[in-house]
Amino acid sequence: MTKTQWKRKDLLGLRDLSAEEIELILDTAKSFSEVSQREVKKVPALRGKTVVNLFLEPSTRTRVSFELAEKRLSADTIGMTSSGSSMTKGESLWDTIANIEALKADLIVMRHASSGAPHRISNYTKCGIVNAGDGINEHPTQGLLDMFTLRELKGKIKGLKVVFVGDILHSRVARSNVWGLTKLGAEVVICGPKTLVPWGIEELGVKVVHDVKKAIDGADAVTLLRIQMERQNETLFPSIREYASTFGLNLELFKLAKPDAILMHPGPINRGVEIESALADSPQSYILKQVTNGIAVRMAVLYLLSGGMKNEE
Amino acid sequence: MRGFFMTASGRQVLDEGEISRALARIAHEILERNHGTARLALVGIRERGDLLAARLQKKIAEIEKKEISLGALDITLYRDDLSEIGPQPEIRATSIAFDLKDKVVILVDDVLFTGRTIRAALDALIDLGRPKAIQLAVLVDRGHRELPIKADYVGKNVPTSLNESVMIRLKETNGKDEAVIVGGNGA
Repeated sequence: MTKTQWKRKDLLGLRDLSAEEIELILDTAKSFSEVSQREVKKVPALRGKTVVNLFLEPSTRTRVSFELAEKRLSADTIGMTSSGSSMTKGESLWDTIANIEALKADLIVMRHASSGAPHRISNYTKCGIVNAGDGINEHPTQGLLDMFTLRELKGKIKGLKVVFVGDILHSRVARSNVWGLTKLGAEVVICGPKTLVPWGIEELGVKVVHDVKKAIDGADAVTLLRIQMERQNETLFPSIREYASTFGLNLELFKLAKPDAILMHPGPINRGVEIESALADSPQSYILKQVTNGIAVRMAVLYLLSGGMKNEE
Repeated sequence: MRGFFMTASGRQVLDEGEISRALARIAHEILERNHGTARLALVGIRERGDLLAARLQKKIAEIEKKEISLGALDITLYRDDLSEIGPQPEIRATSIAFDLKDKVVILVDDVLFTGRTIRAALDALIDLGRPKAIQLAVLVDRGHRELPIKADYVGKNVPTSLNESVMIRLKETNGKDEAVIVGGNGA
C-alpha cells in the first residue's frame, strides 16, 4: 500500500497541502469522529505531549474546539491569551515563542491578527505550529471541517457546486476553503458586494458572481460568512440593513439551490443580517454539525502533526 | 508486525481447510467454555482480526442458530510505540455498536506475537465499557511474548524465530486463505 504519509510538523494553510494530504486528514478525521460518540471520550494517542494554545486574537469556538480535541487525545494543554501574557508588558512574539519552546511544549496552536504570523514563527521553532487563523489569510482547520462536513453529507467533493456568500475580503475561512475545495475538484462560486470580494480572486480558479440568486442557483452547498465589523475601518457598503436586504439569505432564496443543498456557516452567525433566523434553524442547516465535526478534524490534525514532527528531528 | 507486507510467498503452515477447521474448533470451544451464547460478543482487532471474528460469528450461528454481537476494534491510538515511530500510522474506525457492559467479550486477532497489540486492545476495550470478562482467540500463536498475555483459544501454535514473520492471508483481502511464514531461513 502506498498511502500518503504525513511528514509536516506544521499546518499553516491549505495552500501548501496536496490533494492527497487533505484527503489523508479527512480520512483520519472520519476515524476520530467515532471517539467523541463514546461514553469515555478519550484516547491516549497524545499522552505526555504538551500543547500550548496561543490565542492572540479573541476566539471562543475555535479555542474551545481545539482544547477539547487536545483533551480527548490525552494531551496536556495550556491556554495563553495576549491580555494575560507578557506580551502586554512588551515581549515580542519571537520571545514568547522561544519561552514556550523552553518550557518543552510540543505543539503550538496559534491565532494571530497578522496574516503570515504562524508561517514566520514556524521556521524559528522546533514546536509544531497549527494555524488557528492568521489575519485574513487562512484558517485551515475551519476549511478542513467544512470540507469534512461536505464530504460526509454528499459522499464526495469533486464536482460539487459550493457557494460562498458574504464578506470574502476579510475571510480567512473563505480563503482556506478556496484552496482546499479547488484542489479536490469542487466548483467554487464567490458572491458578495464588489467591495468585499478581493480583486483577482478568479485567478485561484473560482467564479465570482455578484447576484445572490444567480450564485446559489443549483448549488450543492452554500456557506454564509458574516460581515467582519472588527476588521473594517472604512465604509465598504452603505449599511447593515442594506447588506441584509441584498445579500442576506432566507428560506425563500435558498430554494434556488438544489433540493438537497446544505447550508453552512463558520459562526458566529448574525441572525437577521447574513442569515434569516428561520433558515439558520431549518433542517438544511448544518451549522451545528460543523461544530461537532470540528473536534474530529482538529484531533486528526494534532495526531498527524505529532507524528510528522519526528521527521524534522 | 501488523500490516507488514512482503511479496515472498513463504512457507505455508495453514491452508484453507485447516483455517476453517481451526475456526470451527475454536467456535465449539468458546461455546463449551461459556455454556452457550448468553452474554457472548465477538470483537475483532483490525485489520484481519475483524474478518476472523465475522467468520467465528457465522460458525457459532451455524452451531447454536443464534447470531451474537460483532464489533471491530482499531488499537492504533493505544499503541505504546506511537511516540517512537515516524509518521503516524493510519487509523481505522472502531465500530462496536453494542454495550460492552456485562458482556463476555471474545477478542479475536490473527497472530499473537509480542502481546503488545493485545495489551493495547484491552485498554481500548475497557475505555469503551466494562465487560464481565474478556477472552482471547487467535488463529496463530507464534511465541516470543514480551508481556504476560496468553490466548484462551489458539488455532495453531507455530514455533518461529524472531527474524521470521507470520502472515495470514484471507479471502476477503488477499483472494485466498492461508497462513505462511516468511523471512528467516524459509524465504
